Amino acid sequence: MKPITVNVDEYLALNRYQVDEQNAHIELAADPSPTEFAKLIRVCPAGLYRLDSAGQRSFDYAGCLECGTCRVACGSTIIAKWTNPAPSMGVEYRYG
Amino acid sequence: MADFDAIIVGSGCAGPMAAFELASRGKSVLVIERGNYCGAKNMSGGRLYTHPLREVFPNFASDAPLERRITHERISLMAPDANFTIDYTDQHMADPNHESHAVLRGRLDQWLATQAQDAGAEYINGIAVESLIKQGGRVAGVRAGEDEISAEVVLLCDGANSLLASQAVGTDPPSPAAMAVGIKEVIQLDPSVIQDRFHCGPGEGAAWLFVGDPTHGTTGGGFLYTNQDTLSVGLVATISDLMAAEVPIYQMLEDFKHHPALAPVLAGGTVVEHSGHMVAEGGYSAMPPLAADGVMLAGESALMVINAGYTVRGMDFALAAGTQAGRCATAALDAGDTSLAGLAGYRQALEDSFVLRDLKTLRRFPHFMENTPRMFNAYPQMVRDAMRAVFLLDGEPVKPLRKSLPPLAKKVGYLNLLRDALGGIRAL
Ligand SMILES: Cc1cc2nc3c(=O)[nH]c(=O)nc-3n(C[C@H](O)[C@H](O)[C@H](O)COP(=O)(O)OP(=O)(O)OC[C@H]3O[C@@H](n4cnc5c(N)ncnc54)[C@H](O)[C@@H]3O)c2cc1C
Ligand code: SF4
Repeated sequence: MKPITVNVDEYLALNRYQVDEQNAHIELAADPSPTEFAKLIRVCPAGLYRLDSAGQRSFDYAGCLECGTCRVACGSTIIAKWTNPAPSMGVEYRYG
Repeated sequence: MADFDAIIVGSGCAGPMAAFELASRGKSVLVIERGNYCGAKNMSGGRLYTHPLREVFPNFASDAPLERRITHERISLMAPDANFTIDYTDQHMADPNHESHAVLRGRLDQWLATQAQDAGAEYINGIAVESLIKQGGRVAGVRAGEDEISAEVVLLCDGANSLLASQAVGTDPPSPAAMAVGIKEVIQLDPSVIQDRFHCGPGEGAAWLFVGDPTHGTTGGGFLYTNQDTLSVGLVATISDLMAAEVPIYQMLEDFKHHPALAPVLAGGTVVEHSGHMVAEGGYSAMPPLAADGVMLAGESALMVINAGYTVRGMDFALAAGTQAGRCATAALDAGDTSLAGLAGYRQALEDSFVLRDLKTLRRFPHFMENTPRMFNAYPQMVRDAMRAVFLLDGEPVKPLRKSLPPLAKKVGYLNLLRDALGGIRAL
């Protein structure tokens, strides 16, 4: 993959969210396959699936845009759970 | 007795139209929408062809939150270092039957929901329906949080990421090849700057689609729509293809914004929102059944979208399908039969309308796109090279075009060109 130059977190910070600190509405399988994870890195529009320079994989549901793309891409492989966030939680588009 | 005549899941485009029809005819209607307000979870490009709105709300133009009427259609073939654009403008675009407007869903969807509420539909916001209640194979209501609510008929208007459609009609969830992911940023600019940059008057604007470099050559395209004081700039990319792309989609969007042909158009603008949403791509052949006992699907829960490269349409289908679903559900309730047989008129109504007609006409297009990677990774470059042969002079004697153009076609392959041209014609 080519190097990533954009800081997507700065853009996510412009959005309005009601973050549910208690429940993760998306969960990955334990020890997810690196090939499947590589797909998620590319398809998630919020850039929440990451591989750091040390090769460490991470996922944070807090910036989720609730598009469902990771579910369609890897719902039968490494996405163990995908639900809508709990009542009144999640992203709130002002423009949309 | 059921708690409601009808429960509608989702209030985007299809949901409020269905609710309006049912409530206007005196049915008890509950709409459950997971956004804290309608539109809170929704994003589209987007350009709305307004004729399905006009049919139901003849005066919509006076109070619906429309951004700018589209007076310029632009299509670009974008190479990494060049861009070739067609710009079409026409007095007929102002004709009420043809007109289209840029919209922002955070605003439009609230207006649509208000029309349904004013007609008597009840709304619950901020709660998602988790599952359907089934009795003897028939959908009989919904579960949301701790509650079970029953209805004679349930209308699934829950959009592209429907978690309920497969429960309702028993189909598999859509495949990564049948769905695309959309990413978009809303960029604030002064209205007069927008008018100057897009050569249009107040209240007017452009719909602009790009193919090629925006998605780094993978299947999909870029878009730009003009709003009142913002631009909607984004990409749509087929998920199956994007999975193996050279950069993630959010990097593609950043690169697109910095393309030398687009950067000056966005210069001085401030990003105010970053959004993501799926859009169906499979066309007519990917659509699930539209009804089963006690349940109907309208809009993108049934994958009613055409993504034809030069235009994306889903909102107009959803509005019209919602209206038809509402009318047909009303008739079925009056007849006391909301079984699959009682709801059969719905499919027929859509077959008779532009919804299924247009989806059928363009049914080959998704297959054509999927099998024509050159559209995204070769033709924009070929057109660039042809334009270079025509326009770039340096004092060297010019070669006649009959000599300089054929090698460009040869690079792509004459057979490929012919095959793609014929394929494109057949698909359209
Ligand atoms: C990037 C992009 C660009 C697009 N551009 C265009 C365009 O230019 N023109 C065009 O016509 N179309 C465009 N579309 C397609 C268009 O946005 C959709 O086809 C259209 O919004 C579908 O309407 P709908 O009512 O079926 O679904 P939606 O508008 O998505 O509404 C579904 C509603 O259901 C709610 N919901 C979902 N699940 C639940 C649940 N379990 N419980 C309660 N509520 C729920 C959602 O919150 C939402 O409000 C675009 C789409 C994308 C992603
Ligand atoms: S739902 Fe969309 S935004 Fe959320 S993690 Fe999955 S791909 Fe990313």
